[in-house]
Amino acid sequence: MKVLVPVKRVVDYNVKIRVKSDGTGVDLANVKMSMNPFDEIAVEEAVRLKESGAASEVIVVSVGPAQAQEVLRTALAMGADRAILIVAEGTVEPLTVAKLLKGVALAEEPGLVILGKQAIDDDCNQTGQMLSALLGWSQATFASKLELSGNTAKVTREIDGGLQVIDVTLPAIVTADLRLNEPRYASLPNIMKAKKKPLVQQTPEDYGVTPAARLSVLRVEEPSGRQAGMRVSSVAELLDKLKNEAAVI
Amino acid sequence: MAILLLADHDNATLFETTARALTAASRIGGEIDILVAGKGAGAAAQAAAGLTGVRRVLLAEADALEHRLAEPTAALIVAIASSYDTIIAPATSTGKNVLPRVAALLDVMQISDAIEVVSSDTFKRPIYAGNAIEVVQSREAVRVVTVRTSSFDAAAAGASAAPVEALPAGAEGAELSRFVENLLSHSDRPELGSAKIIVSGGRALGSQERFNQIINPLADKLGAAVGASRAAVDAGYAPNDFQVGQTGKIVAPDLYVACGISGAIQHLAGMKDSKIIVAINNDGEAPIFQVADYGLVGDLFEILPELERQL
Ligand SMILES: Cc1cc2nc3c(=O)[nH]c(=O)nc-3n(C[C@H](O)[C@H](O)[C@H](O)COP(=O)(O)OP(=O)(O)OC[C@H]3O[C@@H](n4cnc5c(N)ncnc54)[C@H](O)[C@@H]3O)c2cc1C
Ligand SMILES: Nc1ncnc2c1ncn2[C@@H]1O[C@H](COP(=O)(O)O)[C@@H](O)[C@H]1O
Repeated sequence: MKVLVPVKRVVDYNVKIRVKSDGTGVDLANVKMSMNPFDEIAVEEAVRLKESGAASEVIVVSVGPAQAQEVLRTALAMGADRAILIVAEGTVEPLTVAKLLKGVALAEEPGLVILGKQAIDDDCNQTGQMLSALLGWSQATFASKLELSGNTAKVTREIDGGLQVIDVTLPAIVTADLRLNEPRYASLPNIMKAKKKPLVQQTPEDYGVTPAARLSVLRVEEPSGRQAGMRVSSVAELLDKLKNEAAVI
Repeated sequence: MAILLLADHDNATLFETTARALTAASRIGGEIDILVAGKGAGAAAQAAAGLTGVRRVLLAEADALEHRLAEPTAALIVAIASSYDTIIAPATSTGKNVLPRVAALLDVMQISDAIEVVSSDTFKRPIYAGNAIEVVQSREAVRVVTVRTSSFDAAAAGASAAPVEALPAGAEGAELSRFVENLLSHSDRPELGSAKIIVSGGRALGSQERFNQIINPLADKLGAAVGASRAAVDAGYAPNDFQVGQTGKIVAPDLYVACGISGAIQHLAGMKDSKIIVAINNDGEAPIFQVADYGLVGDLFEILPELERQL
C-alpha cells in the first residue's frame, strides 16, 4: 500500500509575522520558512507505517513555488521515498490544492492520504476534508491514533468533548493532530541520501486544474493589540484588583 | 434567500455554540433555518426552535447521523443546499469536520473561522495564529462559513417557538465510516467555550497529579473551567480537549488565569481576547506578561494555594 502525504511550505512557527502597513498582506520578505508542523507529524506517521511493513512506499507532494523543494527534501530525509512538486506561485486556496491532490491520488492510488489538520499560515483546516469529498473516500480528521487492520483503519480523533474512535474503510483521508506522534529529526546521513531521492516537478495543468482564487482578500489588518498591564506584588493585591478594579470575581 | 445553520448538539442537548453561530447568521441577514442532524434528537431540535430569529428547524434523524459523521452529514446538507445562499456552522470539531466537505461538494471555497460579519458576503477571519486579520469576500453562488464562537454572544431564547419539520435522511456516505465509541471527559465544571472564568495550567505543573491538586481547587472556588497549554496536554497532565490555542480551543472569558504558561504565540492565539488576563509565572520575562492585565511573578505552587485560601 502506498501512502501519500501532502506537505506545505509555511512561515516557521517561531516567527511572529508583521502586517504590511498598506494592508495588502503580511510581510514575508526574508522570513524563515519550514514545513507546516502538522505535516511533519503526517510524514512521521507515514514513515512509521512503512517501517512497520504496513506501507510499501511513502510519496510526498507539495503545491507551491520552486523553494517548496526544500520541505520535500526534508520529508525525504525523514524517510519518504519520492516527491512531487506541483509548481504554483502565490496563494493557492485549499479547494484548488484539494483538486490537485485528487489528481495525484487518482494517478498514484494510495491506500491512505495523511495530511496535516491545519496549515499554520492560512489556518483554514479544510484541505483534507475537501480532498475526501472530491474523491468520495472516507474521512478521519484530527487523528491522535491510527491503527490499520485489513482494509480498514481505526482512528482516534480529538474532538471538542474528548476523543472519538471511528473505523474508516480504505482508501481513506486522515488529518493529523498534534498528539499523533512526535516527528523525528532527519540525521545528517539521511539528509545526504535524500538529495538523491526522486523529486519530479509538475504543473497544475498536468492535472487539468487552473488555479483561480475564489475568495478575494480585500485587505489584511493588524489585530487589535493588548497592552501589558501592571505587576502586582502579592496575592492580596491581585484579589483586590480583580474584585475592585476589574470587577471580574 | 435563506441561511442554513448546522446545529452543534449531542442529540439530548443543544450546545451554546449553536446560539452563538445564530448571532453571526442573523448579522448576515435572511431567513434562518437550523438543521439538527442526529438520532433521537427531538430535544435538541426543540431547544433550537426556541431561539430568537429562527424560521424553522429541520430535524433529520437516521442511524448514520447519530454521531454526525462527516460523510452522511455533508451529503444531507448538500441535498438541500440549493434552497440556501449561505451555509454556516460554528467552528467546533463537528463544524470543522463537516463544512469543508460541503463546500467541496458544492465546488466553492469555505471561509473558516469568521470573527466578524462585515456584510452578507464579506467576513473578517484571523490568519497566522491571529497575528493578522484577513477581510475576505466570497462571490460564490453559495457561501460556506464557519464562525469562531468566542467572537459572538449567544442568541437568546425567543418568545415563541419556530416549527420543527422532519427532513427525510438517506444513508448516503454511511458506508465509508463507522462510529466505534466516544471517550468523553466528564466534568461538573463549566465548558471552556462558555465559562466566565478559566484557570489554565502549563508545563510548569509537572505532572497530572500536581495539575489536579493545584489547578482544580482554585477553579472550583472560582466556578471556573480548566484549560491547559499544549505542553501540559502533550505531557498528559490534562486531557486533549483542555488545550487552549491556535490549534485547540479559542476562548474569551471575562477572566483568564494563566499559571506556569510562557505565552507562546500559539497559546496567545487562543486566549488573547479574554477581558482580563492574569499571569502567574516565576520568570518575570515570560512573554505572557506582555498580554496580562495583572502579572504576579513567583512560584505557582505557593501562589495558587494561597489564592485559593484567600478567596
Ligand atoms: C503547530 C503547533 C501548534 C501549537 N498549538 C498550540 C496550542 O493550540 N496551544 C498551546 O498552548 N500551544 C500550542 N503550541 C505549542 C507552543 O508553541 C508552546 O510550546 C506551548 O504553548 C508551551 O506551553 P507552556 O507555556 O505550558 O510551556 P513552557 O513554554 O515550557 O512554559 C512553562 C512556563 O512555566 C514557568 N514556570 C516554571 N516553573 C514555574 C513555577 N514553579 N511557578 C511559576 N511558573 C513556572 C516558566 O517560567 C515558563 O514560562 C503549538 C505549537 C505548534 C508547533
Ligand atoms: N500548498 C499545499 N501543498 C501541499 N499540501 C497542502 C498545501 N496546502 C494545504 N496542504 C495540506 O492540507 C493540510 C491542511 O491545510 P489547510 O486546509 O490550508 O489548513 C496541510 O496540513 C497540508 O497537509
